[in-house]
Amino acid sequence: MGEALPAARVDAARQRAVAQALRAFLPERAVLWQEEDTRPYECDGLTAYRNVPMVVALPETEEQVQRILRTCQSMGVPVVPRGAGTGLSGGALPPGDGVLLSMAKFMRLLRLDPVGRIAVVQPGVRNAAISDIAAPFGLYYAPDPSSQIACSIGGNVAENSGGVHCLKYGLTVHNVLRVRGYAMDGEPLDFGGESLDAPGLDLLALSIGSEGMLMVATEITVKLLPTPEAAQVVMASFDDVGKAGDAVAAVIAAGIIPAGLEMMDRPATHAVEQFVGAGYDLEAAAILLCEADGMPEEVEEEIAKVKEVFTRAGATRLKVSRDEAERLRFWSGRKAAFPAVGRISPDYYCMDGTIPRKHVGEVLGFIGEMEKKYGLRCPNVFHAGDGNLHPLILFDANDPEQLRRTEAFAAEVLEKCVAVGGTITGEHGVGVEKIDQMCVQFSEAELAAFHAVKRVFDPHGLLNPGKGVPTLARCAEFGRRHVRAGVPAHAGLPRF
Amino acid sequence: MLAEIRERIRDAAARKTPLQLRGGGSKDFYGGALAGEVLDTRGHAGVVSYEPTELVVTARCGTPLTELEATLAERGQMLAFEPPHFGAAATLGGCVAAGLSGPRRAAAGSVRDFVLGARLLDGGARELAFGGQVMKNVAGYDISRLLAGSLGILGVILEVSLKVLPRPPAERTLRLELAEDRALEALNRWAGQPLPISASAWRGGALALRLSGAPSALQAAAQEIGGEPLEAAQAEHFWLGVREHTDAFFAGAAPLWRLSLPSHAPRLELPGEQLIAWGGALRWLRTPADAAAVRSAAAGAGGHATLFRGGDRSQGVFAPLVPALLKLHRGLKAAFDPAGIFNPGRLYPEL
Repeated sequence: MGEALPAARVDAARQRAVAQALRAFLPERAVLWQEEDTRPYECDGLTAYRNVPMVVALPETEEQVQRILRTCQSMGVPVVPRGAGTGLSGGALPPGDGVLLSMAKFMRLLRLDPVGRIAVVQPGVRNAAISDIAAPFGLYYAPDPSSQIACSIGGNVAENSGGVHCLKYGLTVHNVLRVRGYAMDGEPLDFGGESLDAPGLDLLALSIGSEGMLMVATEITVKLLPTPEAAQVVMASFDDVGKAGDAVAAVIAAGIIPAGLEMMDRPATHAVEQFVGAGYDLEAAAILLCEADGMPEEVEEEIAKVKEVFTRAGATRLKVSRDEAERLRFWSGRKAAFPAVGRISPDYYCMDGTIPRKHVGEVLGFIGEMEKKYGLRCPNVFHAGDGNLHPLILFDANDPEQLRRTEAFAAEVLEKCVAVGGTITGEHGVGVEKIDQMCVQFSEAELAAFHAVKRVFDPHGLLNPGKGVPTLARCAEFGRRHVRAGVPAHAGLPRF
Repeated sequence: MLAEIRERIRDAAARKTPLQLRGGGSKDFYGGALAGEVLDTRGHAGVVSYEPTELVVTARCGTPLTELEATLAERGQMLAFEPPHFGAAATLGGCVAAGLSGPRRAAAGSVRDFVLGARLLDGGARELAFGGQVMKNVAGYDISRLLAGSLGILGVILEVSLKVLPRPPAERTLRLELAEDRALEALNRWAGQPLPISASAWRGGALALRLSGAPSALQAAAQEIGGEPLEAAQAEHFWLGVREHTDAFFAGAAPLWRLSLPSHAPRLELPGEQLIAWGGALRWLRTPADAAAVRSAAAGAGGHATLFRGGDRSQGVFAPLVPALLKLHRGLKAAFDPAGIFNPGRLYPEL
């Protein structure tokens, strides 16, 4: 978790010089520098971190993107790319001394090929819009992060976003065929292709999830899948969170890969029920939503099997969606979990740790202890099928003491996730938010390897600096503050 | 064993002498010419952890692929990318380094799609762990997936964690008589429908389709698609032949090209015989045509061509990289293997 950023005082002469250099090839409306215009870009979806950018650039063409990057590189100005600004890890937090590169005007669908089942889109296109335009052809784009009505495909590529259907249909990296864009020096890059592989090292896989630190994407080709003919969801109640976790393992053990498999604990169902009325069982300690999709025949078979497995695992209630409206209603609560929680608390802090599923009982128990330790409530929603937890710590950001406790709470939970063999982030990215926990998850040599990769693409470290991968000096500082069991993390590093 | 491998790396780096990373040697034929002293990885073997309900297996590089697959089969699971072995000695390390996937690839995904994490020894003999043992993990750059298909040029892949999947409850194979154009059209049409097609192979006017899933779904899909069912044993033999290149199509000495194309790329105007897989996205070609003609046809169709087996390999076997990509390849090679000791020339002569 980051400390407060130093108050950036904009160097007026520098600001003027950069704005002028960009104005040489960008129209007036595409270069913002007055604070009333740049203020809206001070944060992304992680609002606890804010920083007003020195200059905002809003290019409309690939050539403009290339020239912005070249100009900034030659002037030594940092650049932070931004999509829809819905990210939850501060990946698009602007630099106070740099250019925020908004890709919001890259909104065009360039090509939809229903026979080849691909769509070529610009990075500012919204995730859900791709499925909307593909729908008349019986096709859709599978990854569906909860923010899909607002988040952009460019941001999805940067974060390797997931959603509730990843276990069966994969993440962004499994559904993107090609990314075109520019390196920091303006060099055009083209990774992947319309075939299923490309020659050489898999730079497409490397670029996806690189948090805008290796390149700026300007064109993305996604794979479209046939829309399943049928889908049904089973909602099951459990009187114990651990039992619900065991039921998830039992589904997998039965050879079923559900289209979606989600868990919500009681505080979470209570929060959403008053918000959307999804029909959740408020008595249950946890509920599971398990979806089957495909041909009607296989859905019927799978739903019967899931019901049997849940019954054997001790479900106290079972409900199967009777029609599409009911299926959507069951999901509406899960999809609205974040805004619902936003209603019962002034602020919430969403974590993203992923764990081997067998430890879910232990980790949820640990979160319960942390609730007591820090005096903060924490409902849990959980992509149970793939082990991705989204505990939501409720707090009031206007109280600096609560924010501090929230950060400490979150840090302990993320470190617990690493301790049980998981990761600090499953789909939201490291950004600025989890940069210190990277020191816990990775060794000095591994972090050094990440920096070496970064230098290959961006030798001067100007593209989205300070995100994703901590400097070794930062880890040394973090280790000094953060002595665990008497052994400081990164004890081998020189202290400053 | 690990200490020994590290020592070999340190020694090779000090002497600037190349190492040829090698498991069972089943894929010695693949890629650029072999160079350097053999570093045999087979001693670093064994399944490290396997938990069927987590859908994850972690195993060391020297683990024989057959052993790994047998371990998974005992629990009703599989490597869904159906890796070709190309010999009984194939190891997991070689499978990931070669990055080759089998018949189920178009439906299920490739090797890299199933890689969750990896341990690597870099050119400084440092052990580095990337990714992990969970389905979703976006901490740090995705270097474990970068290793899939890297042909060992970045380091010794010590250990890999893979996502595994349950074996389908039922499978059946259908055979249809279709000319090439009609087959390509049909494959792309079916791929746009929610049908449980898990593999396809067309050659000599006949298309084989494998369906995988719930028995009831197979029944319904088979009715929609038509064709003649193949007997189970016959079908299994056929798909094994396509995966392992033991099918008659792959016999003989004519150069074998692998063309990776958009699935609906039209029929290629090249001489020779073809076997079309992956719903049209993979075209195996036995042709006497020269490399320039094959590469230009593949590029013209929006894909790329690899000289897979045989032929004149002196001009490189993989499609050449544009300068911007070659520069990144060189940079990554230098970042992980500054002394240039790992499998030089195996992927590209410049690396």
